[in-house]
Amino acid sequence: MAERIAGRPVCNINFKGKKANKMSKVIYLDNAATTQVSEEVLNEMLPYFRQTYSNPSAVYSFADEGKKAVDNAREQAAELIGAKTEEIYFTGGGTESDNWALKAAADAYASKGKHIITSKIEHHAILHTCKYLEEHGYEVTYLDVDEDGKISLKELEEAIRSDTILISIMTANNEIGTIEPVAEIGRIAHENGVLFHTDAVQAYGHIPINVDEMNIDMLSASGHKFNGPKGIGIMYIRKGVKIRSFIHGGAQERRRRAGTSNVPGIVGFGKAAQIAGKTMEERNVKETAIRDYLIDRVLSEISYTRLNGHRTDRLPNNVNFCFRFVEGESMLILLDQLGVCASSGSACTSGSLDPSHVLLAIGLPHEIAHGSLRLTLSEETTLEDIDFVVDELKKIITRLRSMSPLYEDFVKNQNK
Amino acid sequence: MYSEKVMDHFNNPRNVGEIENASGVGTVGNAKCGDIMRMYFDIDEQGIIRDVKFKTFGCGAAVATSSMATELVKGKTVQEALEVTNKAVMEALDGLPPVKVHCSLLAEEAIHAALWDYAKKNNIVIEGLEEPVDDISEKEEEEEY
Repeated sequence: MAERIAGRPVCNINFKGKKANKMSKVIYLDNAATTQVSEEVLNEMLPYFRQTYSNPSAVYSFADEGKKAVDNAREQAAELIGAKTEEIYFTGGGTESDNWALKAAADAYASKGKHIITSKIEHHAILHTCKYLEEHGYEVTYLDVDEDGKISLKELEEAIRSDTILISIMTANNEIGTIEPVAEIGRIAHENGVLFHTDAVQAYGHIPINVDEMNIDMLSASGHKFNGPKGIGIMYIRKGVKIRSFIHGGAQERRRRAGTSNVPGIVGFGKAAQIAGKTMEERNVKETAIRDYLIDRVLSEISYTRLNGHRTDRLPNNVNFCFRFVEGESMLILLDQLGVCASSGSACTSGSLDPSHVLLAIGLPHEIAHGSLRLTLSEETTLEDIDFVVDELKKIITRLRSMSPLYEDFVKNQNK
Repeated sequence: MYSEKVMDHFNNPRNVGEIENASGVGTVGNAKCGDIMRMYFDIDEQGIIRDVKFKTFGCGAAVATSSMATELVKGKTVQEALEVTNKAVMEALDGLPPVKVHCSLLAEEAIHAALWDYAKKNNIVIEGLEEPVDDISEKEEEEEY
């Protein structure tokens, strides 16, 4: 795949006579999908493949270093969210953590009740798990969101019943970047004696989170979303929350998550968390400035465009637009031919006939939701990258609109 | 994901545009499912399709199938155009991913819709032409799945 020169991926796409971008490199703007493992993280992981490869559960002293490395990583993972070390459980990723949180909490608290509250814009790891629970006798309330993607605290309070056992609301949305009022949700949950889980897969390592200040009982995070490796995640479980094992087997992770510890992955997660904590403030300032520059340029230079998600309460690296009269996949193919990696919530990219459930939940009609484009930045995204993308995007939108029957009708109606 | 032919027709679509006072115009699909195709036919007195133009809102496959469909009907008689099936469009494009087969059905339907409009305007009956459906998604589910 792409070779790396000076830490940046180099474009190796066969352009088949199409022009490449000026820099002839991949402009990777899909960091909400996954990120590049940083060099520091990779170097930290490498010794645990061939040198210190022992199973940390073993008794001999050769296993000690692996054990220490896992403990250290757990501390690093905990520190980022103000948790205690023993409250962090390593899992196979964000999806597993979400499944565990919901299914195990449902199981453990079934005697109290069978009602769960979540939102309509959660990731499918939550929504499909909720569907599963509904098939198994649980009742789920899916809260609406406003046009920016925020839940209403009033509606949350009204949804709580005597048999409500769990509230699961994401910290920040993966598509539109909106940050939910997590601290207030946590307060409401605790005032009502209900457990609060948050899917922080997009937020952990990106924005400040404190589990105590925010009254979070359970939290899911995933390594590859903040320059760590894939296939490793965590679940934070507040001490005293009595949820049980989800993966049964050995005694790893305080008997709550069986399976031989993924030592290189765990070490990578810890290192990435440590770096994320150290760089967060500076990174956020930089990414927010580039994000806002991108938003301002697109909104002022491309007509009939909408910014999806909250203008300011949004992840520093997330931008999501809808360009009216054009379809997402067409945009993505044309961007791809220029070496630009982006994503869309159009039906054609989701493999179904419906566009993204998040875009529909914020009230967009189908035809507008089909024209969505998500650009998610990294620390390495430059203003030069953004200028190139916006300049090309203008041409792409003009071209697609010129062949769009929806645009043709719109123009004719305007001229009437 | 797409064949080279699909990419070629997406990157360099043939016959994009409109025809003023066209002999027949057909629009199919809906914005809900994310694909809308419109075809314009210019048909002479002998019933030969002299010119074809299209506009499409949709994915890469939707653009490519419309482009290919216009090529396949251009210069043909109305009867010959009626025989251009979605399979012919797909074959001419060296195939489509399974999830994109509906785009070729839409292209076939767009041809029918333009012919239907032409027949209506001229008070003629084209043998074998049925009134086109706006939304092929239901039909597709029956046929393909």
